[in-house]
Amino acid sequence: MTINTKYVGKAPNRVEGPAKVTGTAKYSAEFEVPNLAYGVVVSSTIAKGRIKSIGADKVLALPGVLQVFSHENVPRQAWFDRAWKDDIAPGGSPFRPLHDDEVKFSQQPVALVVAETFELARYAAGILEVEYKEEKHETDIEQKRDEGHAPGKGKSGYKPPKSRGNANKALDEAEHRIREEYIHGTQHHNPMELYASTVHYHPDGKLTIYDKTQGVYNCQQYVAKVFGLSKDDARVINLYNGGAFGSGLRPQYELFLSVMAALELKRSVRVTLTRQQMFSIGHRPHTLQTLEMGTNPDGTLAALKHYCLHETSRFEEYTENVVNWSGMLYQCDNVHLSNQVAALDVYTPQDMRAPGAATGSFALEVAMDEMAYAAGLDPLDFRIRNYAETDQSENLPFSSKRLRDCYHLGAEKFCWSKRPMAPRSMREGNRLIGWGVAGGVWDAQMNKASAKATITADGYLTVESAAGENGTGTYTIMTQIAAETLGLPLEAVTFRLGDTNMPEAPVQGGSWTAATVGTAVQKACQALGEKLLKLAQKMDDSPLKGASLDDVEFVNGQLRLRTAPEQSVVLRDVLQTSGEREIAADSTAIPNLINMAKYSMHSHNVVFAEVMVDEDLGTVHVSRVLNVCAAGRILNQKTARSQVLGSVVWGISMALMEETVPDHRFGRYMNHNYAEYHIPVNADIHNIEVLFVEEEDPYVNPLGVKGIGELGLLGVAAAITNAVYHATGKRVRRLPIYLDKLL
Amino acid sequence: MNPFTLTRAETVEGAVRDFRDSDSPAFIAGGTNIIDLMKENVARPTHLIGLNKLPLNTIEPTAEGGLRLGATATNADTAWHPEVQCRYPLLSQAILAGASPQLRNMATNGGNLMQRTRCYYFYDTATPCNKREPGSGCGAIGGYNRIHAILGASEQCIATHPSDMCIALAALEAEVHVVGPGGSRVIKFEDFHRLPGNTPERDNTLEPGELIVALELPKKGFEKHFSYLKLRDRTSYAFALVSVAAVLELDGSTIEDARLALGGVAHKPWRDKAAEALLIGQPATTSTFKKVAEAVLKDAVGQGTNDFKIELGRRAIVRALQQATAGGKASDVFLNSNP
Repeated sequence: MTINTKYVGKAPNRVEGPAKVTGTAKYSAEFEVPNLAYGVVVSSTIAKGRIKSIGADKVLALPGVLQVFSHENVPRQAWFDRAWKDDIAPGGSPFRPLHDDEVKFSQQPVALVVAETFELARYAAGILEVEYKEEKHETDIEQKRDEGHAPGKGKSGYKPPKSRGNANKALDEAEHRIREEYIHGTQHHNPMELYASTVHYHPDGKLTIYDKTQGVYNCQQYVAKVFGLSKDDARVINLYNGGAFGSGLRPQYELFLSVMAALELKRSVRVTLTRQQMFSIGHRPHTLQTLEMGTNPDGTLAALKHYCLHETSRFEEYTENVVNWSGMLYQCDNVHLSNQVAALDVYTPQDMRAPGAATGSFALEVAMDEMAYAAGLDPLDFRIRNYAETDQSENLPFSSKRLRDCYHLGAEKFCWSKRPMAPRSMREGNRLIGWGVAGGVWDAQMNKASAKATITADGYLTVESAAGENGTGTYTIMTQIAAETLGLPLEAVTFRLGDTNMPEAPVQGGSWTAATVGTAVQKACQALGEKLLKLAQKMDDSPLKGASLDDVEFVNGQLRLRTAPEQSVVLRDVLQTSGEREIAADSTAIPNLINMAKYSMHSHNVVFAEVMVDEDLGTVHVSRVLNVCAAGRILNQKTARSQVLGSVVWGISMALMEETVPDHRFGRYMNHNYAEYHIPVNADIHNIEVLFVEEEDPYVNPLGVKGIGELGLLGVAAAITNAVYHATGKRVRRLPIYLDKLL
Repeated sequence: MNPFTLTRAETVEGAVRDFRDSDSPAFIAGGTNIIDLMKENVARPTHLIGLNKLPLNTIEPTAEGGLRLGATATNADTAWHPEVQCRYPLLSQAILAGASPQLRNMATNGGNLMQRTRCYYFYDTATPCNKREPGSGCGAIGGYNRIHAILGASEQCIATHPSDMCIALAALEAEVHVVGPGGSRVIKFEDFHRLPGNTPERDNTLEPGELIVALELPKKGFEKHFSYLKLRDRTSYAFALVSVAAVLELDGSTIEDARLALGGVAHKPWRDKAAEALLIGQPATTSTFKKVAEAVLKDAVGQGTNDFKIELGRRAIVRALQQATAGGKASDVFLNSNP
């Protein structure tokens, strides 16, 4: 980048690192509050039916058990659905915990046992007898192939896919054609940290709620609306998340249950879910996709059809943008896209890292590999031939797009030119070796957010915004932006987040936090800078008199003229001369709607993978992954790289291991624990390299950032699947690639 | 988890007596399995008898030239013990293929034998399981049974024994020393675990209140030609889909003695002596190994999700015997990593 910066774009360490590794960083279940009672959730053992009885009496007889909450005694709450809708709720009727006797999904919370100690509550919950009247359930999307329907627009961010040209005609006339179905099962977010809420009930009846969430304001609004509280009565705090990956976008039922119990019992309550219950709070839906493609004699895409069917719940219409990316990533004039959902007796799915795109890019990019082979073309060359110079789906130019540079850089680093085209042409002893390529595209989004910057007389700056931190680096990059804007050392800047007493920020998701909160932080610091300039100009003999904000710069704790840097004042002197103890400025940043209308704003990546497959035993090891990302400007090389490293691990997991397996006879997930829901261990992870091709993008947002949280995952599973094909000649179209699929 | 009392036994006799005199007692050593079972309400003992103060954590040579592994010596201490590494490398390799370093640091040798199946249905009290609740049915039959048995199963239960260590102990023909209310006795390893039959709630042949005090390894350790091959869905911290302990004694390329034990395929470590006998006097070649593999799996029955284990089992036997022939040192970092 040509911009000369001191902190932005460099690689400072995580500012919250010491707090995390020394254990002083507090998570939602760790806040100590006085007179705390403990709630343990009792989960439904059936997938559908009615609760006949709750055997509360036996449990209530135990000394120390305070209450058993169920539909039989749940206090009245808001009546209309709109009160229960959070910012991220899809269309439909949100789930209301303990609302009535109806069981809508397996592991639905049916009771909350509250006791003086956690151990007692757990014991009491374990012996609570709940009787059900079972009804017939349906949990298998593969039995619903013919019952899909196009979803409505109820979910924010859902874009009904747009078709163009005449795909059927073009397919008929194509030189080469493929048509295949691609499937992945249900996956769960499985953050390390369990969902938990510690509700501090104050003597005046007000609540301070420490909740595991990706959006404190979203939770506050939910609690206020559901329980009829004023926002002043419910402060929500979340300082750290031990991972969330989208599972914390919506309020989870531990929040409702702990607040309800605290209000009823008029004392502080904590509810922590079990690992098993973590499989009842939303998931990446089991998804079926069909892709058809055809090529022209010159190897360009003649037609592309992408159809998707995924599950939703009976009560909400969850939707994902699964197929849209297929109309955007490659140049193709004849595209038919269709997205359908079918309702099942499961809990509502929930956005999980790169929702829609992780699923869609898997199918699209494996299909592209199949198409390349059908047309006799190198899979990377095939992609370059079909490079999209503009976003045909919106008919707009890209605000910036250096994917072609990613292709070339990646190919060179990976030595792609040495790859023989034919499958099964590389081996080492028993091991077949394969190389695969795939990539993806993700939205560069920005939302509205506010921030407040305060500088004290001693020259320390604090910036606040109620953003979330999932371990991605938000604390660090915001500190960098603030320090950069006001020319202060990093040590003199503190960024605080995750508290509804702070200026509002949206939920942390969609990879928009860097752009959204970053711009708000920059703007608040600029507003504070303007105040500081005015104060500096009031100083006797100020060298800055008459200067505008554009004429000055903040460097090394000084305010100085750009054209004459020796003409400067020390910030601390400005503050002390002003006599103010502190000076603050708020600001709200909103996206530039004009630029959004004029440009398609997206990040892109390409992934190269090498696998080694045991020829006899089918075991797959991913020996090498290179992920090249073009995501605008990179604010922190270290945290951005870490994000992409984590994404690659996730992609390896998606390709080889992850699946929540239901037993449809019980309508229940059977591997609902960390021992049997597999994610990689260190020994599964080998060489991962991450490269950034930085883009100068004056349109996307003032910081020029596109976000990196989702992008890194795209294409990883497909690149591995394609590499497995290259190694073995076997095309796997259903994830995960367990060893038995290669026997 | 239900309320329970805990005592820490000072002597073996005291532990046995405490067990005899208590209602719903259970022994606890490393606690790496029973705590999970209690949290899931699968086991509900009301009295735990801690074993870690017992003087049973030593590893010592026996007068017969073997090695005695104390019941409360940890899996980690056993796997890394110089005598075990040098004389019984198969056992070391098998232990290190199991669980994770954290678990192996806690888990004990006696406890390893006593761990219960990882059948999904056994652990989920919302589903039927004859092992957990006799007569309730088997959820795994007709359900999700990727980690379930293909050999020796019954209509009541298709669970597998999850241990890696026990597969090596079966191949090495260890003995299990136990002390109980009726005195002490020695159980041959092949007689320790049992097939489910009509009483799947019983994992082994211990009488109530009997306590494992030691495992005894015979003199012969097969330290030259051995292999523990474990195939699983990730490289560490996953139970075996199929594992094979193979040991050979070779005279040139002719097999003089051989043993095979399979894990992940049955309710107990699976030995097939008739099949093993096919190896004796034969050349250590792939075609010999394939014949034996066929023989071992000839009566195998798939349950649906685990059908692949039959072919995987055959291939794993061949590979393990090839590795044992070659000398057994981990030749494949991906398959034999010991993290």
